[in-house]
Amino acid sequence: MSRILKYRELLLVAIIIVLIAAFSYRAPGYASPKSLANIFNDTSILIILALGQMAVIMTKSIDLSVAANLSFTGMAVAMLNAAYPGIPLPLLILTALAIGAILGAINGFMVWKIGIPAIVATLGTLTIYRGTAFVLSGGAWVNQTQMTPVFLNTPRMPVLGLPLLGWTAILVIAIVSVVFTRTIFGRSLYASGGNPTAALYAGVDVGRTKFFAFVLSGALAGLCGYLWVSRYAVAYVDIAAGFELDTVAACVIGGISTLGGIGSVGGAVLGALFLGVIKNALPVINISPFWQMAISGLVIIIAVLFNARQERRKGRLILRDAAKRRPSRIEAPVEGAAA
Amino acid sequence: MKLFAKLAVGTALGLALLTGTASAENIKIGLVVKSLGNGFFEAANKGAQEAAKELGGVDIIYTGPTTTTAEGQIEVINALIAQKVDAIAISANDPDAVVPALKKAAQRGIKVISWDSGVNKDGRILHLNPSSNELIGNMCLKLAADHLPGGKGDFAILSATSTSTNQNTWIAEMKKQLPKYPGLNLVTTVYGDDLADKSYREAQGLLTSHPNVKVIVAPTTVGVLAASQAVKDAGKIGQVYVTGLGLPSEMAGAVHSGATKQFAIWNPIDLGYSATQLAYRLVKKETDGKPGSEINAGRMGKIKVGDNGEAAMADPFVYDAKNVDEFAKIF
Repeated sequence: MSRILKYRELLLVAIIIVLIAAFSYRAPGYASPKSLANIFNDTSILIILALGQMAVIMTKSIDLSVAANLSFTGMAVAMLNAAYPGIPLPLLILTALAIGAILGAINGFMVWKIGIPAIVATLGTLTIYRGTAFVLSGGAWVNQTQMTPVFLNTPRMPVLGLPLLGWTAILVIAIVSVVFTRTIFGRSLYASGGNPTAALYAGVDVGRTKFFAFVLSGALAGLCGYLWVSRYAVAYVDIAAGFELDTVAACVIGGISTLGGIGSVGGAVLGALFLGVIKNALPVINISPFWQMAISGLVIIIAVLFNARQERRKGRLILRDAAKRRPSRIEAPVEGAAA
Repeated sequence: MKLFAKLAVGTALGLALLTGTASAENIKIGLVVKSLGNGFFEAANKGAQEAAKELGGVDIIYTGPTTTTAEGQIEVINALIAQKVDAIAISANDPDAVVPALKKAAQRGIKVISWDSGVNKDGRILHLNPSSNELIGNMCLKLAADHLPGGKGDFAILSATSTSTNQNTWIAEMKKQLPKYPGLNLVTTVYGDDLADKSYREAQGLLTSHPNVKVIVAPTTVGVLAASQAVKDAGKIGQVYVTGLGLPSEMAGAVHSGATKQFAIWNPIDLGYSATQLAYRLVKKETDGKPGSEINAGRMGKIKVGDNGEAAMADPFVYDAKNVDEFAKIF
């Protein structure tokens, strides 16, 4: 399995490099280090959200409320900052993480304790969170002049050529990859998505794991709420409208199986970067806006096709191998393959 | 998104019904906007409320979809028809898509007018332009020329969606009047879809792919704001200027940072006020709204209906460092 995944990531890296080379042929300067740092910085928010989404998707769920969560939390911290400019920034960031985590916990609770399918629960909270953001703000915008300079400028402060926003993404990638590969929670994510029944027998509480996956996704969305508002220096209800689909797309392109249990942090990051490279290139290479939409959609479908094929082949191979090795003793391996 | 819109409409309808039953005798005017939660339309609503108070016996139902889609507006219109409003004043997300729903409203005796962003002729009685498209196009060019040394140089347009009615009309007017400004050269037009992140990226793209562009003209509030931010982040303040149409409260930061020297907008409060006045006069049968008629619009004076049933309110107003803070408090 790991060989296929490695192959998958290498392939993505290769595709991204080819894309950058092709784009820089049409738009000179696109591949300059400064431009690449720019692209990474611009994609940071998508990367962070995709990692949260990945945790949820790995447990056979989906979190459609991330963008709404981002919008609500962004609005909340922006309004806090506007109303009480004295609150120090670290405290505001912690507040953003906490609000996001609570919103995520609401999703997780519904999936875990009430047993509502994740797609339905988060579709509901998607509308609720955005609606609440509207109620909270009364439809008004929080503008640049109302927010403090520290609040707005900290994420764009350059450190070693990359703004803090980009470093935040790198930090999150590092933490999440340690959590996913080196902790009990991380292994539970893979186990409860890969084979929930086996996970249960191994002592993994599948529901609880899902709950914490939603909390993680929510907390990261909350963090992104602050990052988004400071990056675009304005908070309004519609921010990041439809962005939840980008996070799902990043995961799918990155090889995170929508059936759960398969995926790597590297894949999700590369999937997000792939989208980021395309999004940043399309304005530079002068393509009609209608084509831009079509191209983005086409890429996602191709990625899903690719995923589906890989997953199917792998499932059959394992059982066929077993059947070949011991053909006389095992009578019904075909049944297993069908299941 | 679809479900979100439906739920939002349902909630709006429910609330409107609750408030509507209290005063069944009043004239009910549905003010339909492109999307809720937009500062410009909130300000227009303020003006509409002002007109309602002045006229007396008028209830304003301020409503719209939560995202700028035509489908969302159609659902809102159907909800208003079910509520038996007397008039609908709409700023349309699409000139054609909402026409069938508006025709249905007209068949039931509802007076339909459009304002800000228009509806095709057969979908409404008249359309109230905030200003004339010609004046706006000219204003955008004048702003661009004012930001360029000697009025000569390259500029680019950053628009909203590529199907937006008013954006496309203004861009067409700008192109038509370009010969009046011999030094100006329009390099390209890009579309930011009124999304902060896409507009920001498009502006960034302009800075890298067209280094000669010295002015970005964005006739949309989200776009002009995102472009100002992109110019600031790229460290190009003083080399590249952003101008266009924006709200003073949103643009104040960009004016202070130096990314924008001046920008223009009509007064949305006046626009909402006038739209309500016109709708009221039509319901009261004081006028038929045919081309050539002059309609009383309270403190805005008389508004004349021109060809195609289009009426113009006033000239766009220019804001700069001197007056932006004063107006930022209002809208």
